[in-house]
Amino acid sequence: MWRRSASFVLDKQRQQPDESRTERLDMSERPETLANPNPNPGISAYYETRAAHHGVVTSDWLAQAQAAVTRDPADLTLEKGLVAPAASSSGSAKAFSVIDEFNRWRKQPDLAEAVAAILALTAVIRTSEATTMMELEIELKKASDSLKSWDTTSISLTAGCDLFMRYVTRTSALEYEDFNAAKSRLIERGEKFGEISRKARRTIAMLSQDFIFDGCTILVHGFSRVVLEVLKTAAQSNKLFRVLCTEGTPDRTGLRLANELAKLDVPVKLLIDSAVAYAMDEIDMVFVGADGVVESGGIINMMGTYQIALVAHGMNKPVYVAAESYKFARLYPLHQKDMAPALRPIDFGVPIPKGVEVETSARDYTPPQYLTLLFTDLGVLTPSVVSDELIQLYL
Amino acid sequence: MDSRRASRMVIDPKPKVRQVGFFTPGAPPERTKSSPAESLSSPPTSDMSPAGNSLSPVMIPPPRHASDNLSSSLGLNSSRVLPVPVPMSPIRRPSTGDNLNLPLGSYNPSESLLGTSLSPSSGFDDEGLSEDTSTSGWFVRGNPGKVASSFPSGGFDTTAMKSRNIPVVSNLTTVSVVKMPPGLSEKGGTLVEVQHEQVRDSKLKEKTSKAERRALQEAQRSAKAASRAEGSKTAATSGGVTAANAKPAKAKASQKKEGSSVASSDRKGPEKDRKKDVPHPRMQFDDKQRVEKAKRRAVVKQTEARNRVELFRHLPQYEHGTQLPDLESRFFQLEPMHPSVYKVGLQYLSGDTSGSNARCIAMLQAFKEAIKDYTTPPEKALGRDLTAKISSYVSFLIECRPLSISMGYAIRFLKNRIAKLPLTFSETEAKATLCSDIDRFINEKIILADKAIVKHAVTKIRDGDVLLIYGSSCVIEMILLHAHELGRQFRVVVVDSRPKLEGKALLRRLVSKGLCCTYTHINALSYIMHEVTLVFLGASSVLCNGTVYSRVGTACVAMVAHAFRLPVLICCEAYKFHERVQLDSICSNELGDPDVIAKVPGREDVDHLENWANNENLQLLNLMYDVTPSDYVSMIITDYGMIPPTSVPVIVREYRREHLWM
Repeated sequence: MWRRSASFVLDKQRQQPDESRTERLDMSERPETLANPNPNPGISAYYETRAAHHGVVTSDWLAQAQAAVTRDPADLTLEKGLVAPAASSSGSAKAFSVIDEFNRWRKQPDLAEAVAAILALTAVIRTSEATTMMELEIELKKASDSLKSWDTTSISLTAGCDLFMRYVTRTSALEYEDFNAAKSRLIERGEKFGEISRKARRTIAMLSQDFIFDGCTILVHGFSRVVLEVLKTAAQSNKLFRVLCTEGTPDRTGLRLANELAKLDVPVKLLIDSAVAYAMDEIDMVFVGADGVVESGGIINMMGTYQIALVAHGMNKPVYVAAESYKFARLYPLHQKDMAPALRPIDFGVPIPKGVEVETSARDYTPPQYLTLLFTDLGVLTPSVVSDELIQLYL
Repeated sequence: MDSRRASRMVIDPKPKVRQVGFFTPGAPPERTKSSPAESLSSPPTSDMSPAGNSLSPVMIPPPRHASDNLSSSLGLNSSRVLPVPVPMSPIRRPSTGDNLNLPLGSYNPSESLLGTSLSPSSGFDDEGLSEDTSTSGWFVRGNPGKVASSFPSGGFDTTAMKSRNIPVVSNLTTVSVVKMPPGLSEKGGTLVEVQHEQVRDSKLKEKTSKAERRALQEAQRSAKAASRAEGSKTAATSGGVTAANAKPAKAKASQKKEGSSVASSDRKGPEKDRKKDVPHPRMQFDDKQRVEKAKRRAVVKQTEARNRVELFRHLPQYEHGTQLPDLESRFFQLEPMHPSVYKVGLQYLSGDTSGSNARCIAMLQAFKEAIKDYTTPPEKALGRDLTAKISSYVSFLIECRPLSISMGYAIRFLKNRIAKLPLTFSETEAKATLCSDIDRFINEKIILADKAIVKHAVTKIRDGDVLLIYGSSCVIEMILLHAHELGRQFRVVVVDSRPKLEGKALLRRLVSKGLCCTYTHINALSYIMHEVTLVFLGASSVLCNGTVYSRVGTACVAMVAHAFRLPVLICCEAYKFHERVQLDSICSNELGDPDVIAKVPGREDVDHLENWANNENLQLLNLMYDVTPSDYVSMIITDYGMIPPTSVPVIVREYRREHLWM
């Protein structure tokens, strides 16, 4: 494993010419990658997608949206954001485009963005016409780069692409086989990785069952598919528990979760986001998902997670995070502002006077000291293990 | 100081308890004296090996039992025979001193049980001891038979013999003999042990019956077996105990010198095993005998400073300025020292080369020169001879200034490379390989590592930041300059402290490059911290629990920054990570010249302490390093990326070992 060798630093340098070469190769095909940029670079596509998938469209929300559209023309493109890139790229692409493939997978609301990326990248290998391993690797790298640049705000997309590259290409079995066998092996590995990632949610749900006991009250923030899976599994195994859902402004994802839980006959209570401290007394544990798990063991998640973790820490309640391992990212934010900004528009319902600033960040960073445990498909981890896993994965 | 006293207080009651428990008629079955026949027939190992194995696997040094038992026996005897209060006995000083950092209590009841049921003692029982007093003396001395089991030196059997053969009065004499300051060091200790063994043998031949001899042999064998079984569990034997062990022995040795050499050759097996398993104990400079011994070997003649702070007596401290002229005058007498090594040593001594990276590079370059000029002496193997040479260089450098952790790693690397040289290599080939290895080490571990660190660290510097740095670290200087080259708009607060004032030189370099700087002393830290957004600190080493071992004052800066909720970034190359764990700055540190803190150059008006250095009531402490707990560290930037302090063991586990074997 040369990546783990002593001359790691030297290796990095050796790698760089490779990258510059891909860059040069990229140049010739720039038009294609440029044809597919995120339609709204100022606004986080990741959070928009989530809102589209999980948000609850109520009558007043519609009214607000209407008002917003008239006020801000950017929102108009936003509404079409999901369809637009797909349409434009299908026009320009010759035979196959990762972004197309990615978007096709992404439309399934149950499929995480990272898994969609993994599936799309596997498709790249399958349709590739490369004849050497190097070519294939370059092609893959290009595809994953264009995926990453499609939405720079999504941590799990970036992490998923990186992990896929690591997992698929880092196999010693490739060296002794002819190209076609190696290629099929890569596809096999890619599919296996996709399968693991798909099953991750299930694994996490099983692992976390031990932590939900009869008669407990759980606070949930935002809509996380993993957390929903955990609660669903608990409800199906006849556990008696109560859930408090925060409302999750601005896209009201909490309402959606309450809706789902009510279908399962779980007693649910809705809170406005500012009532967390008020309700913390009666809560036994806090359950949150994560958009990304960073190297320090902290998480980046929907706005409001940090304050909930702070309140829970202050009242000595455990904070559990459910996150799939493809969300582990090699980032290390030192404080809230130390992240790539992910912005999205917020509607306050009333027109905002000129000169008043609006904080439009969609996420915050929760440092590891406020988290109790992370439930991942690698097992139940303390925050400090995340870095351990990351070092083993990436170095 | 308090802990010292407390420990002595705690240790002392134990023997008394033990004595009471032992003498109670209705003692538990294990404690009753086994009948002679039983003791002879039953294999003694069965009693013994559990005794050894039941010790918890974590660092329970047998020395503790030894000194414990020794003190107990001494205490017992002296309190019985002489009305001398135990703590007064001068011999106790070093042994308790060594016990200082050991956990107290908890093991002793079981120890006493095991100790009394031991076979050496029961082996002797068939002699039939009539006198009550002698029995007591015997049993207490028999207790250390357990020591013999876990500790390769058969040590106390002789004492036992003695006390048995010569009645009560002899107890008294042994005690008084023990009080003699023996002046032994570790090596001397083993030597004496050997002699001591011989003494025992000769004694046996003179006085014991056949059955007795057999019993004794059996005991020895089992003792050896137990010591072998214990293997790694036999933790570091601190010098104090070796000395304590040897003390009575030396007394005997002076009486009798003849004896067979069989026993000594017997001894060598376990002795070697122990040396392999156990890390070499660090020199404790409050251990008088060993310091004496070391002084005799020393190349650099240095006078020890007299008034040392109690808590730091175990660290070397010398009168500054006494070494240099001496060393210079003896240049031509120091035959084996290579001039380049000598030069580096002098630079360390005078403080011209400081900073762990610089010191490490200087040392490696000197070694490279030495290797280039090296020729294998006839009838010697390059691998062995060169290693010995390097070791002698290293001990010279240590005398000039204690090694930094980075240097320790580099030395280990070099020795490893020498050991791994293929035998087929010719001398020139081997030398070329080693030189290129050294170059590669410097290049990869230090130069490229620094570049990687700079690359990572620069991503954390944003426009408008105010960075606080403390002291002078070359990698941090590189970070700042690189960030400045990239056009980041930031300000630097350079915090400095007396007596070294290293920050001034750094400040000069930074300002000349056009950076906007503020200079202040550490006294103003809490004031200046308000305007700071990011704290960058260098490190001499990062220990396995995330503790940062760095220039004194770093902990203070980190703590204040933490109190202000500012991120504290530590920049440290991965080769300086160390698998040791350290909880305080006391047990391992370096003492600087105390005069420097007493005097302020150029300020006669504040030199109140002139010529006071030798005042007994004045103890000056000039610590060089301190440790910063990992709680105050937000991130460690290393060549492998940015990691939380909790991940240091991961790096050590994943990379350090591999690199040694690379």
